[in-house]
This record gives sequence, structure tokens and C-alpha cells, in this order.
Amino acid sequence: MNDLSAILTPEYIAVILLPALIAGVAVSLCSSLLGVSLVLKRCSMIGDGLSHVGYGTLCVAVAMGWAPMQVAVPVVIAAAYILLRLSENSRLGGDTAIALFSTSALAIGILASSKANLTTDVSHYMFGSILAMTRGDVIFSVILSICVVLVYLLFYDKIFAVTFDENFARATGMNVRFYNLLIAVLTAVTVVLGMMMMGALLISSLMIFPAVTAMRLCKRFRGVVIAAVIVSVTCFLCGLFLSLLLDTAVGASVVIMDLAAYLIAVIIGKLKKASQNR
Amino acid sequence: MAYITCDKITLRYEALTVLENLSFTVSQGDYLCIVGENGSGKSTLMKCLLGLKPVDGGKLTYGDGLKRNEIGYLPQQSQIQRSFPASVREVVLSGCLNGKGLHPFYTKAEKERAAEQMRCLNITELADRSYRELSGGQQQRVLLARALCATKKLLLLDEPLTGLDPLVATELYSILQHIHDAHGITVIMVTHDVECAVRHAQSILHVGKKESFFGSCAAYEKTPLGKRFLGDAVEPEHCENCVHEHAEVQHE
Ligand SMILES: Nc1ncnc2c1ncn2[C@@H]1O[C@H](COP(=O)(O)OP(=O)(O)OP(=O)(O)O)[C@@H](O)[C@H]1O
Ligand SMILES: [Mg+2]
Repeated sequence: MNDLSAILTPEYIAVILLPALIAGVAVSLCSSLLGVSLVLKRCSMIGDGLSHVGYGTLCVAVAMGWAPMQVAVPVVIAAAYILLRLSENSRLGGDTAIALFSTSALAIGILASSKANLTTDVSHYMFGSILAMTRGDVIFSVILSICVVLVYLLFYDKIFAVTFDENFARATGMNVRFYNLLIAVLTAVTVVLGMMMMGALLISSLMIFPAVTAMRLCKRFRGVVIAAVIVSVTCFLCGLFLSLLLDTAVGASVVIMDLAAYLIAVIIGKLKKASQNR
Repeated sequence: MAYITCDKITLRYEALTVLENLSFTVSQGDYLCIVGENGSGKSTLMKCLLGLKPVDGGKLTYGDGLKRNEIGYLPQQSQIQRSFPASVREVVLSGCLNGKGLHPFYTKAEKERAAEQMRCLNITELADRSYRELSGGQQQRVLLARALCATKKLLLLDEPLTGLDPLVATELYSILQHIHDAHGITVIMVTHDVECAVRHAQSILHVGKKESFFGSCAAYEKTPLGKRFLGDAVEPEHCENCVHEHAEVQHE
């Protein structure tokens, strides 16, 4: 176990911990909001698929010497659009199409990075490195997170409607395709941001865990969204603290916290049921 | 020009032809009931009128300034997931969204509209309950309230009476009559309750494999098709099977 007072010098806090904290909270917020929609729309796979595409893109960008984030965001948005169309009208079926598309992108990325011999640098994005984010990365991700949250709030009611009953929304004249696209774009941005922090392997759990935990606890959509945000941010803070204390990887610690929160929610649900039956 | 004009439309599911050569019109202020046997294609026709399913032949045109976001709809079976967390109020309010364009958040008027529809259908006490925990008839009423919220000019209902108790069913007929007469809403309703259909509607569309009918209720009652569906043949003395059995029992 680490002696926290030795690590937490004022300089460390100001230069490394605080920016990581801000960026992490912002990204946790976004991912929990979108996670609710993805889980309820039964397309959690899109988050996973996008993280593969994102990782591939980051590899290519690093191999070419481009700025990784700034390249990855537009590419993943484009991928989100394509994945959505594939799952809408593909003969293969949504899941299969997503898996094929995203692993191909991943393979291209790995190929590019192995040609350029950059494996060490790129593994950051596999496992995440929130404490190693540059100041530019932090500012970029905070601004994008704020945009995601604002857009989500502005379209909250419509996102509910297309998630709840897509056919009714389409039949009564809402532009369902636009709102699906909007959800996909917001997801894409969140995935790329989360990848810097949590790593490509873990980002989709950051989106899905808070949502399923909240669904165990609440019965109304608004309640679920708010609970998911609270769970997500709390678990992030606890996970970060745990990783400082035990010197473990941040991303994995956060996911362990999310898992713990989920299990607690399951137990609370069971207890509630038991007390009602008595 | 009518709201909806169907000119010899054909509807198919891959190889299965559901409807063929069907023509009818729906104008502003109409009250049309669609009747027919199970599997004759009523729900399919509704989906096609709503643009959820393409027409496979013939022509379907909208006119008279009818826009898609002025239509309310009650599906026969909705694809809503069992486990979806949503309160009754959230569901009913979502019916108001189609008139909003890109404006965010519900206005006071829209909340008032939703509250009014909930009062109409007697679900005000359920407003904060979870939709997934309601009984089938209660859920049906919630979806009806949502459909009424979405309705500006045209209301399409696919078997709205399913699961409703007789009191609410009667109530529903008077609500429909009211919004039709007082607010000038055009109503298209699929129903198996042919007697009520003839009593309340202005025109009847009977869809069927062999014969179909489109015209006024009075004309429908005179056709053989209408007579059969209105149950003239179900009088006790016409029930030959039972008569046979009774006769046999008496013989022994
Ligand atoms: N998604 C589908 N794919 C293939 N065939 C379908 C589909 N939906 C319906 N059908 C078929 O189309 C025909 C018409 O179905 P439809 O649901 O329109 O009947 P309906 O008149 O609404 O019947 P009901 O009175 O039972 O509601 C039926 O034979 C049915 O088997
Ligand atoms: Mg039907």
C-alpha cells in the first residue's frame, strides 16, 4: 500500500492529479448518460465496436505522427454512422456486421503500428493512462465532454422517445434517423475520450455498468439517468483513489468499483423484494 | 383533395401477398373503421398508411396539407421492452414531441395537454407509476393517452379496445366521438367490434382475401359481407351444430 502523504505533494496534485480528476469526472458523466441509451436500445455492442475502431485509428495516427485524439474523433464518428447503417439494413444482422467491421479496423491499426515499431507508445490506449494525459488532451476532453452533456440535455426528451418506442416516434413524424445518428455521434466522441483514460479494452464497461446498476435501482427514465451519473462519477473517484493507494492501473480500478456498485445494487434489489414479500 | 388516397395498392411480405388492388380515400373529418378477419391485413395496412412499411404496388398519396407529425398512432402490439424504466407521465408526454421540431424541453402547454389526456383516460393516479408494472389494460390506456397527445389532425388506432374494461371502452368511444365532432380530428380505427363500428363510424373499410368493401355504414349493413360480419347468423335457432346435438340426445 502506498503512503498517500508522500505521493500527494502539492505539485503532484496541481500538475497531474487535478487535471486527471477533472477530465475523468467529465468523461464519466458523458459515458453514463449515453450508456443508458445504448443499454436500453439493446446496442451495447456499438460502444465496444467503436472502441476497436478508435484503437485502430489511434495506432495509425501515432504511427503516422499525427495528433491522435484530433484524428480519432472524426474517424470514429464516421464509423459510428457506418455501424448504425450496417446494423439497420445489413443481411448479416447488426452484431455480426459490427464485429466484422470493428475488428477489421483494429487489425489495420495493429498492422500500421507494428510496421512503425511503436508498440510501447500505443499500449497506452489499450489500457488507458489518465495520469499521463497531456494538458492539451485534458482541455480537449473537458471541452468535448461539456459539448456532449449539453447536446444530451437539449435532446433529452427526444432521446427518451426514440429509445422507448422507435416505431411510434417514426410513425408520428419524428426524425428518428437523425436522433439515432445523434446518439451514435455522441457515443463516438465519448468512446474516444474514454479511451485515453480507461483504455480501449475497458471503455465499454464504463458506459454499460452504471446504466445497468441504475436500472436495478430506479424505475423511471429520469431516475435511471440521474442514478447512472451519480454511480459513474462516484465509482470513478473511488477507483482513482484506490489506484493511488494500491498503485494499480486506474482504468481497471474504476471498473472494479463499477462491478462492486452493481453487485451492491443487485443485493439491495433482492433485499427490497424479500422485505416486500414478508 | 383527401388526406389519404390509396389507389389500387398492393401490400406484401416477401412472397405473401396480404392485400391486393385496394382503393379508398380518407378525407378531413372522416371517421373510418377498418374491419376484417384475423390475418386479413388490417395492421399491415395501418403500418403502410404510417409509412412504417413501403407500398408494393399502386399509389398511396397524402394530401390536403397533412403532415406526418400531425398524426397520432396506437399500435396493436408495440415493441416496447418489458424491462424499460419509464414512468407513465414520461410515456404520455413523449406523445407531445412530434409538434416540437428541434425545440428542447416540454412547454407548460404540453404538460397541460398530457395531464388533460391522462384525466380523460382515468390514469392521473398512475402518473408516477412505472409503466412496466401496470396491468395490460392500464398500459393500453397509457398508450392511448400518448396517441391522443400526438394527434393534431389524424388519429390511427389499431384495436384500441383490447384489454379495456367495458366502462373504459364506452368512455373511449365517447372520447373519440368528442374529438371527432368538436375538434375535427379524423379517425381511422381498426376494430373487431363491428356493431359499435357501424354505430359510431361514418364509413367502413372491410378488407379480406376474396371480397372487400369500402363505403358508408348504411351501405355496408346491406351487403352480404356486412350481414355476415354483423352477426345476423348467430341467432340461437341458426346454430345447427347445437341443434343436431340436442336432437341426438333426445333420440337416445
Ligand atoms: N412481419 C411480418 N412478416 C411476415 N408476414 C407477416 C408479418 N406481419 C404479418 N404478417 C402476415 O400478414 C398477414 C396480415 O397480418 P396483419 O397483422 O396485418 O393482420 P390483421 O388483419 O391485423 O389481423 P388481426 O385481426 O389478428 O390483428 C398475416 O397473414 C400475417 O401472417
Ligand atoms: Mg392486427
